[in-house]
Amino acid sequence: MKYVDEFRDGELAQNLARSIAATVEPGRNYSFMEFCGGHTHAISRYGLSELLPPTVRMVHGPGCPVCVLPIGRVDLAIRLALEQGVILCTYGDTLRVPASDGLSLMKAKARGGDIRMVYSTTDALQIARDNPGREVVFFAIGFETTTPPTAVAIQLAAAEKLSNFSVLCCHVLTPSAISNILESPEVRQWGTVPLDGFIGPAHVSTVIGSRPYEFFAEEYRKPVVIAGFEPLDVMQAILMLVRQVNEGRAEVENEFARAVTRDGNLKAQDRVAEVFELRREFEWRGLSVVPYSALRIRQKYAGFDAERRFKLDYRSVPDNKACECGAILRGVKRPQDCKIFGTVCTPENPIGSCMVSSEGACAAHYSYGRYKDAA
Amino acid sequence: MAEVKRGYVRPLDLKHGCVDLTHGSGGRSMVQLISELFARHLGNEYLGQGNDGAVLPAPTFNGRPGRLVMSTDSHVVSPLFFPGGDIGCLSVHGTVNDVAVMGATPLYLSAGFILEEGFPLGDLARIVESMARAATEAGVPVVTGDTKVVERGKGDGVFITTTGVGVLPDGLDLGGSRARPGDVILVSGSLGDHGVAIMSKRENLTFEATIESDTAALNGLIAAMLATGAGLRCLRDPTRGGLAATLNEIAGQSGVGMMLYEKAIPVKPVVAAACEFLGLDPLYVANEGKLVVICNALDAELLLNAMRAHPLGRDACFIGDVIADDHHFVQMTTTFGGKRIVDWLAGDQLPRIC
Repeated sequence: MKYVDEFRDGELAQNLARSIAATVEPGRNYSFMEFCGGHTHAISRYGLSELLPPTVRMVHGPGCPVCVLPIGRVDLAIRLALEQGVILCTYGDTLRVPASDGLSLMKAKARGGDIRMVYSTTDALQIARDNPGREVVFFAIGFETTTPPTAVAIQLAAAEKLSNFSVLCCHVLTPSAISNILESPEVRQWGTVPLDGFIGPAHVSTVIGSRPYEFFAEEYRKPVVIAGFEPLDVMQAILMLVRQVNEGRAEVENEFARAVTRDGNLKAQDRVAEVFELRREFEWRGLSVVPYSALRIRQKYAGFDAERRFKLDYRSVPDNKACECGAILRGVKRPQDCKIFGTVCTPENPIGSCMVSSEGACAAHYSYGRYKDAA
Repeated sequence: MAEVKRGYVRPLDLKHGCVDLTHGSGGRSMVQLISELFARHLGNEYLGQGNDGAVLPAPTFNGRPGRLVMSTDSHVVSPLFFPGGDIGCLSVHGTVNDVAVMGATPLYLSAGFILEEGFPLGDLARIVESMARAATEAGVPVVTGDTKVVERGKGDGVFITTTGVGVLPDGLDLGGSRARPGDVILVSGSLGDHGVAIMSKRENLTFEATIESDTAALNGLIAAMLATGAGLRCLRDPTRGGLAATLNEIAGQSGVGMMLYEKAIPVKPVVAAACEFLGLDPLYVANEGKLVVICNALDAELLLNAMRAHPLGRDACFIGDVIADDHHFVQMTTTFGGKRIVDWLAGDQLPRIC
């Protein structure tokens, strides 16, 4: 398949693997965090870790949209569906995120909630047009990649005066999460999570550009290589990171130049700025409350804000005590370090959010990599 | 099933008519529906007996008594009509295949219909005609049936349950527990066609090339394979859950592991593209006319040649090995040269977000 197979070529991968092996310095350990779930998925799906020298360790980051969604937010969506009787639309993976009382959106659907999976915000708009007598709420989650389509949906709804449509906005910001990790005591003071560099987001960066990462490279002296989600992209980025570390550089480099520019997609950024503003604080699963790390709908579009419209009251709900998702999302622990990994918590019955999406560190390791633990 | 005298009753209005509750109530309308639609298209000497059950001759295989194989399958596919097929032919193929993969010759089918009030009679006629065509092509008659009608909103148009009976010669035993380390894994053709055809219709996605379901009866292909006398261990048709579910099932039943070679697994470019687009993995997507074969490694070439000589096995190929593994993992060497597990699917395949 054109434009896909080129980036999954086994021979090129072996060449890159040889280059990485030849470039790492003997006696030196390299620890890189891939921020995005898309990279985590590619690493597990293609078995990349087998192609890396043992001294290169990949740490899974928090960039899996459903993994960082706190229980309290899913509870709000479930309450809208079950108590207010709205048609709740959302993206696929979100349906399985565990919430309070053993529920998830999928289970709430079985209890009679009208919950529908959509591929795009325009599908949600169409459902609102087709059901003028019902309230339709789009449960909007994700990083900067999924934010512009939500902005467009709100603007279209405003233009059409589609009064039965609103958005439960849970959009979060990548740079805030990266700062939070770099500022965490495990990285900054104790050094228990060695981090020598980042693989920067792919799709997020097409929107925000490479400029926002320059601060991290300078301020924290950490190299960042923005990489596409195909496995060869990831291999190439690892090679570039190893070179930066060897040469003592800490720069932002762009491996994903076929899609990412320094400034990003300005039109999309304008749309987002027009509709959304920064939230003072937002709870993330794993990172707890992070200041200025998420977006909410501006006053101008208040009529389309489900939180205002249904007077929703956010309540924080602690994670299951045995669940290590928090530590795993911060790179402090690995999935197999969690006591309930693969026993109580499985993809069929996820206790923590990292076990939900195949982008989540736990689900990726369970589904693709657990043969390594068995050996 | 008494015949209703023509002239007293207006024929079924296949153009504008709909199923209503009287079609299931045991009165004249029901008899009319059965005779003008079901019996007309599916009719054969056994169905024509018109009794509560069909009386069938005791099955034999080459003149000798064999063992009976019986299988049942309910079909609830949505949409009812999809590129390459519909619920009618699917309900025949699905059950014929379930009997045939046991190594048996499928002989008879039963069909139970659950119809929703308001369903257009014209669509029902198309479904029954398609069923009749599929049954004739497979050489397996529908010998008994049942019709029920449920109120509007309590069904999804049409549900069809078919049961199949076949005869299995003594001495032939195929099954999921018979795979042994050293055996090889073959497939009869490209994977994922059916599931992607359904999904693209359901999500209203159109691609430059239409993706057609592979729905087909496999009893002819299987008969050709059995005729070679090759050392077959197990045959399966990888329907729901796709190749991944089928192999995990066999690995568990046989207490073995498997190693697949991603490069060798046939997926049509258009299906691969659609899967990329929809966030699906073709290994988990349903097939309705494909065969997974576990056989003695020495007989692989013999079987592949026999399969390739049959129209439904033209693209048959080797995809992996059965290996010893206490954990019964199905693993795969990726196109990339790395390794990974091909696990059971957790729930439905849901699209990833970014």
